[in-house]
Amino acid sequence: MPEAVLSVNGLDGHYGDSHVLHGVNFSIRAGEVVTLVGRNGAGKTSTLRAIMGLLPRRSGSIALRGRQLIGLPPHRIARAGIGYVPDDRGIFASLSVAENLALPPRAQAGALSDGEIDALFPRLKERRASPGTKLSGGEQQMLAIARALRTGARLLLLDEPTEGLAPVIVQQIGAILRDLKSRGYTVLLVEQNVHFAASVADRHIVMENGRVVDSLDNAELAADPGRLDRFLGV
Amino acid sequence: MSVQVLSGQLLLGLINGAFYALLSLGLAVIFGVLGIINFAHGAFYMVGAFAAWGLATYLDVGYWPALVLVPLAMGLLGMGVERLMLKRLAGLDPLYGLLATFGLALVLEGTFRQVYGSSGQPYPVPEALQGGVNLGFMFLPLYRGWVVAASIVVCLATWLAIERTALGARLRAVTERPDVAQALGLNVPLLVTVTFGVAVALAAFAGVMAAPVYQANPLMGSNLIIVVFAVVVIGGMGSLSGAILSGYGLGLAEGMTKVFYPPAANIVVFVIMAVVLMVRPAGLFGRAS
Repeated sequence: MPEAVLSVNGLDGHYGDSHVLHGVNFSIRAGEVVTLVGRNGAGKTSTLRAIMGLLPRRSGSIALRGRQLIGLPPHRIARAGIGYVPDDRGIFASLSVAENLALPPRAQAGALSDGEIDALFPRLKERRASPGTKLSGGEQQMLAIARALRTGARLLLLDEPTEGLAPVIVQQIGAILRDLKSRGYTVLLVEQNVHFAASVADRHIVMENGRVVDSLDNAELAADPGRLDRFLGV
Repeated sequence: MSVQVLSGQLLLGLINGAFYALLSLGLAVIFGVLGIINFAHGAFYMVGAFAAWGLATYLDVGYWPALVLVPLAMGLLGMGVERLMLKRLAGLDPLYGLLATFGLALVLEGTFRQVYGSSGQPYPVPEALQGGVNLGFMFLPLYRGWVVAASIVVCLATWLAIERTALGARLRAVTERPDVAQALGLNVPLLVTVTFGVAVALAAFAGVMAAPVYQANPLMGSNLIIVVFAVVVIGGMGSLSGAILSGYGLGLAEGMTKVFYPPAANIVVFVIMAVVLMVRPAGLFGRAS
């Protein structure tokens, strides 16, 4: 079994007075695509933000290939090799597409080349000079993923990459994620859409009230499709 | 009215505008990146003028070296102020930053007034720029022409560096969304510190250039800074091109008012500010948020 790329143990997180993560535990192996699923407010986005060091207060353990990330500022965490796509995509309006793409410093060797990025995201190539926010939602999402890839990070954290997108764009994002998986990338994504999650991911981690309450792979999900409903149903 | 009077006042207006533009540009950059209204900006400008005077008086260092050394030293001082003082206020109500920099301005001004009084220390025009040229319609003192030209070049270079370079793109990203920028790997705390240092260096550069025109006077900063705040508001908070263009524009407007209705010269900027705020609350070049 490949080693764990990311190990989260006993992770607690706070926003001001509100305690949003309660001892979150999970780990992800190299090359895995894993989803965090759960209701709104279950702590999925907070978990990604805690990993990136964006929560005001966090404690416990987050290890990236054995290196402890608790205590590091966000830019050091990013440079340790994590590509992050926030839930609102984080595209800068005052930067062109090309500037958005070139913004993050190269953290590691082995990043996709500009040619590979262009091949993976042909739509972006045509729109290099446009301001970042003149793109459609789907194009912004692709720009955010492409930008994360340019750093050379081999672990990607994607926060709801399909949210608000048309079905045809969701399919394109799915194809891109499967392509990245075939290239050996490790991906942790927050996803509300269980069908999409099952189509791209190997495994699903279920969160509720700031805790991990279940974990199942695609075979288990197929055998018992109702198992997630308990946590996702309204 | 003679052409001489008109063009003379226009030149004076342009010179004031040159200083407004340099200072309001720095203020706008600081406001964008740190979210702080830097009340100490005028004091840094004043200290820049005194530093040039001090270098000349005590160390016999002339204008041209001072024009390089003073902004460098003041930029380092600014970085120290950011690291030791302003950094601790990040994330708090912006009022704390305003109060802290206001206090710093009072301390700096008070110290210089205590030591040097408030009558001003004369600083000579550098030898190479003494005298002037007759343009036919007016006499242009060389030093004043230099001030306007240097200010335009420095403002333009700063604007280009921010709007057209990769480093500038990082600065714009930090201005917009510091959290996302840092999560993408940008060393945001370092960028913030350097930005503040560069803006302080700009103020000090303006101070050195001002010394031969206005002398080094402990009150020169507070006299100027109120107008410069109005300039930033008129240009649009956070708009760099707005800060530069309204700097020169308002200098000229002041000059013209001196020609046509002198009693209003001191308030024309504030009248314009009031009108702009009524018509376009985001400022002439600001984007409504």
